[in-house]
Amino acid sequence: MKRVLEGSHAVAEAVRLAKVQVISAYPITPQTHIVEILSEYCTKGLMNARFLRVESEHSCMAALIGAQTAGVRTFTATSGQGLALMHELLHWASGARLPIVMAEVNRALAPGWNIWVDQTDSLAQRDTGWIQMYCEDGQEVLDSTLQAFYLAESVNLPVMVVLDAFYLSHTYEPVDVPGQEAVDRFLPPYVPKFQLDTAHPCGFGPLVAPGDYMEMRYHIAMAMDDALIRFGEIEDAFAAQFNRRYGPVEAIECEDAEIIFVTTGTLTSTCRLALQDLRAKGEKAGILKIKLLRPFPYERIREELKGAKKVAVIDRNFSFGAGGIFAQEVRAALCNTPDHPPVFGFIAGIGGRDVTPEMLTEIYRQTKNSDAPQKESVWMGLHEVKYAD
Amino acid sequence: MQTDVMDREFVHSGHVGCPGCGATIAMRFVLKALGEKTMMVLPACCWSIIAGSYPQSALKIPVIHAAFETGGATATGVRAALDMLGDTETTVLTWAGDGGTFDIGFQALSGAVERNENFIYACYDNEAYMNTGIQRSSSTPYGAWTTTTTGRDWKKLRKKNIVEVLVAHRIPYAATASIAYPEDLLRKAQKAKNMKGSRFLHIYASCPTGWRIPSEMSVKIARMAVQTNIFPLYEVEDGLRYTINYKPREYLVREYFRLQGRFKHLTDQDLDQIQQMVNEDWELLLRKAGERA
Repeated sequence: MKRVLEGSHAVAEAVRLAKVQVISAYPITPQTHIVEILSEYCTKGLMNARFLRVESEHSCMAALIGAQTAGVRTFTATSGQGLALMHELLHWASGARLPIVMAEVNRALAPGWNIWVDQTDSLAQRDTGWIQMYCEDGQEVLDSTLQAFYLAESVNLPVMVVLDAFYLSHTYEPVDVPGQEAVDRFLPPYVPKFQLDTAHPCGFGPLVAPGDYMEMRYHIAMAMDDALIRFGEIEDAFAAQFNRRYGPVEAIECEDAEIIFVTTGTLTSTCRLALQDLRAKGEKAGILKIKLLRPFPYERIREELKGAKKVAVIDRNFSFGAGGIFAQEVRAALCNTPDHPPVFGFIAGIGGRDVTPEMLTEIYRQTKNSDAPQKESVWMGLHEVKYAD
Repeated sequence: MQTDVMDREFVHSGHVGCPGCGATIAMRFVLKALGEKTMMVLPACCWSIIAGSYPQSALKIPVIHAAFETGGATATGVRAALDMLGDTETTVLTWAGDGGTFDIGFQALSGAVERNENFIYACYDNEAYMNTGIQRSSSTPYGAWTTTTTGRDWKKLRKKNIVEVLVAHRIPYAATASIAYPEDLLRKAQKAKNMKGSRFLHIYASCPTGWRIPSEMSVKIARMAVQTNIFPLYEVEDGLRYTINYKPREYLVREYFRLQGRFKHLTDQDLDQIQQMVNEDWELLLRKAGERA
């Protein structure tokens, strides 16, 4: 049934339909709408779940680690500082091979206090062993959250469903909310591969010496590789049920494109608009939207970009001293392929600043008019800034 | 007390505790009292090591090793999951050291007991970070040497009174216990098991390695801590009803201090001051228990 929903509520609907059993949450803007509605669903009996109102994000993730180890499906949502506080336990969740699902609403990190969109919070968790899916609109948020449980439980790794603050979390859009029976046909009930059990007592997560630790890490690496294959299978099953599919990447008019934008999140929608105008003027432009950051779809990215003359990566994030993080990832994916296109890095929309179609057209113009990137990153739309040490 | 309690054993031989380790004795008695339908949350502490390394375990109950500061929170999640699975019989026990309880795990513990989570939190207290090599914690007593309070910088601050902090949360049950008084320890663990909501056990667990005492003195030192009123045995129900379980003969603290290498630098004057502090705390406890006006 089509309903007009906020991005946050699209997450909540998916969590209800996934029949999550334990939810743990701590309030932080702009993810609060997700857990507010879930709390209400638990109170009204629309969900048969325990809602834990914990005293910090750190305890929030710790509680889910306990609950998932005891054998139930779990969920939480957070943003920015909250995700940063969870950092230690993000490693714990993946190391313990727990299929926890979390919605993460991208929020800029303080200081100065900023509640608006910026991807640096989730990208700083890139190496924690979580699968990360970046979403473009409300429908993708709902669908990805449902898929996230299936994927997490298939490979025993946690999944982060990532959405932009406000541009997506607080924006109302028509969203097709599937019925429970259809979801049940897609998503099997949670069957833990291991759990705390007094009849079969085991120690989970004990001291592990160098003689075993490395193999345990390699297991996680294999599971992450497997996640890319499983993601494809899960998308097939999802498409069969709901007739929608996203892909680890989406290539938009890339077949004959000479300059390809690489985008993530809601910025992709703006870029689709800019692309229409560019194409109408006869420009051979395309977009490669990246959905999966981990596992990173190297093969698909090489395949889609190999015919381009230039690539322009737009990052709503920054790694100080290096550059835009998706640009670095794309460069790393391409570096061993012969005759790969040059990668131009652009920084835009940091801390919630608007990224307009005009700005994207300007990025196109700059990329077209340069033979090679002059800098690692070009910051778009900056006011005049003087550096004083 | 159940008659078969002393016959059942949930700690395997072959654990890697130090000789005379009070934490190991404490674990053995508490698990005897709680029985096999127990799941343990074990944040980082000496017992993370004592329990043995992968793929072995010295414990005959399921254990989830947890991050240092998460004892209260991880147990919250385990309990919630068991409730959702319809298992109300199994006891969830967090087993943490003083660092994981008084210091780094304090927020998660306070949060959990404020929510009156249905679990037992047992803190075995060896009065410093013993697993990392004897660094001071907020449980380290006034006067003690540790590797971070050396020479003339011995700790000149009081030990945090963790039981009174828990009592202030008005939890159903908070009690002190000692490895030197096993009947009292067993009774309190069984009493806690039969209650609901947040229950807290503060167990005095001597550490020969960190306290600089011979291993055979472990239990004796723990007994002297009770007999000198340094560590009184008492319990508090609903944050209100105090019961003092043992009225000691009030030996002088000097005798307890003089036996331990960690206090050897203290002068007679220091010990007099400590005696006054102990007397003051004891009077305060007597008043709370309604035994002094």
